[in-house]
Amino acid sequence: MQVNISIFGPLTDIITKDNLVINDINDTNTLTEQLNKTYPALATIKYAIAVNKNIITNNTILNDNDTVALMPPFSGG
Amino acid sequence: MSENFERYQRQLLLKGFGETGQQKLQDAKVLVIGAGGLGCPALQYLTAAGVGTIGIVDDDIVSLDNLHRQILYTTNDIGSAKVVMAAFALEQLNFDIDIIPYNTRLTNQNAIEIITPYDIVIDGTDNFATRYLVNDACVVLNKVLVYGAISQFEGQVAIFNYGTNATNYRDLFPTPDNTILNCEELGVLGVLPGIIGSMMANETIKLITGIGQPLVNTLLTFNALTNQSHQFTISPREETAKFIPANEQAFSEMNYELFCSANNSFDIDANRFDELLNDTNVAIVDVREVGELPLLDFKNVPVPLSQLTQSVYKLNKDTIVLVCQTGKRSTQAAQILLNHFGTTKKIHSLQGGIVNWKKQHAENVG
Repeated sequence: MQVNISIFGPLTDIITKDNLVINDINDTNTLTEQLNKTYPALATIKYAIAVNKNIITNNTILNDNDTVALMPPFSGG
Repeated sequence: MSENFERYQRQLLLKGFGETGQQKLQDAKVLVIGAGGLGCPALQYLTAAGVGTIGIVDDDIVSLDNLHRQILYTTNDIGSAKVVMAAFALEQLNFDIDIIPYNTRLTNQNAIEIITPYDIVIDGTDNFATRYLVNDACVVLNKVLVYGAISQFEGQVAIFNYGTNATNYRDLFPTPDNTILNCEELGVLGVLPGIIGSMMANETIKLITGIGQPLVNTLLTFNALTNQSHQFTISPREETAKFIPANEQAFSEMNYELFCSANNSFDIDANRFDELLNDTNVAIVDVREVGELPLLDFKNVPVPLSQLTQSVYKLNKDTIVLVCQTGKRSTQAAQILLNHFGTTKKIHSLQGGIVNWKKQHAENVG
């Protein structure tokens, strides 16, 4: 089971790439916990999470080949 | 066809537009908040398209480093109020419409009065405090909000507070994040706000005339480097309501600046910084990226923010003072170090950054 992660905006500076593939992850809460361990700077940032193009509002079960997007807010104008 | 509509002939020819669409534009009242990178192109296209009443809110003046992206202004406008120069240029472009400049900063004390007469609000602001303020005001006043924002090479566009099951900015980002840098520090390619601001004008015209599929409850992202664009569906969040002021009175009692300001417990001022400069137990760490100016003329450890997490082992002094251009990245760095070191080290951030420190020194000397 694998999940594709797309990374947006300044989060790419922390993760140092714009996509990741993560195996065997059950849900979005477990995913963010795992990411925070690998990239501690992520834990300080609030960002929106989308699963298969829908912004989620609660912990969401992940299935094989799901696409997760991590989107931080942009302030610039 | 009315003679006045001759100017709009090429859009009147469009399917689904016609004289009815043009009349809807003429009757519409749109408020553009922020006459900067996003506001300029949005204002230009809305003015050219014949939106009948356009308000512009901004308290800034035109500066030289605005001109690479704020193409409504000319070199001669430097030092003048943006709303005045914008209104002047837009009236030259289309004298048939009403341009109303508000040469003020939008606050929760004036927002209700300024926004109330308008149908649609365009958020072209450049900071989180005003973005949350604009969002909340639009929810309280039930105004449609066309949102756009940029960061480096990427942009976001969405329409909030429209129709049934309306969502707002807080359904996407419930509370402010104080660590993401604003574009002033990160840099921005001038064309990007041109693209995103034009998309905001496009969405506004679609909303007013009722054509196409506007980005209602949809977040569009665009990457100028890869040309990749995505759309994400936004749903209402249960907890959003508790963050939004219940009415105009509650809105006027909010403190958006404080509420959006970073955790300042790390901050030290320029005087304290000068004291620490010569202390051998203190490491001054420059978290700016390689090549950023000005160069520092005191002893420091360069550790770019992007490499801080993997470089913490380099920091073995008891007290660490983080510096960057304006104090934003150093605050973010301080948070990262706090997470790593806990209370085993004293961690400080130079408030206002090197820019402010240099300014204070210049004033002291002068």
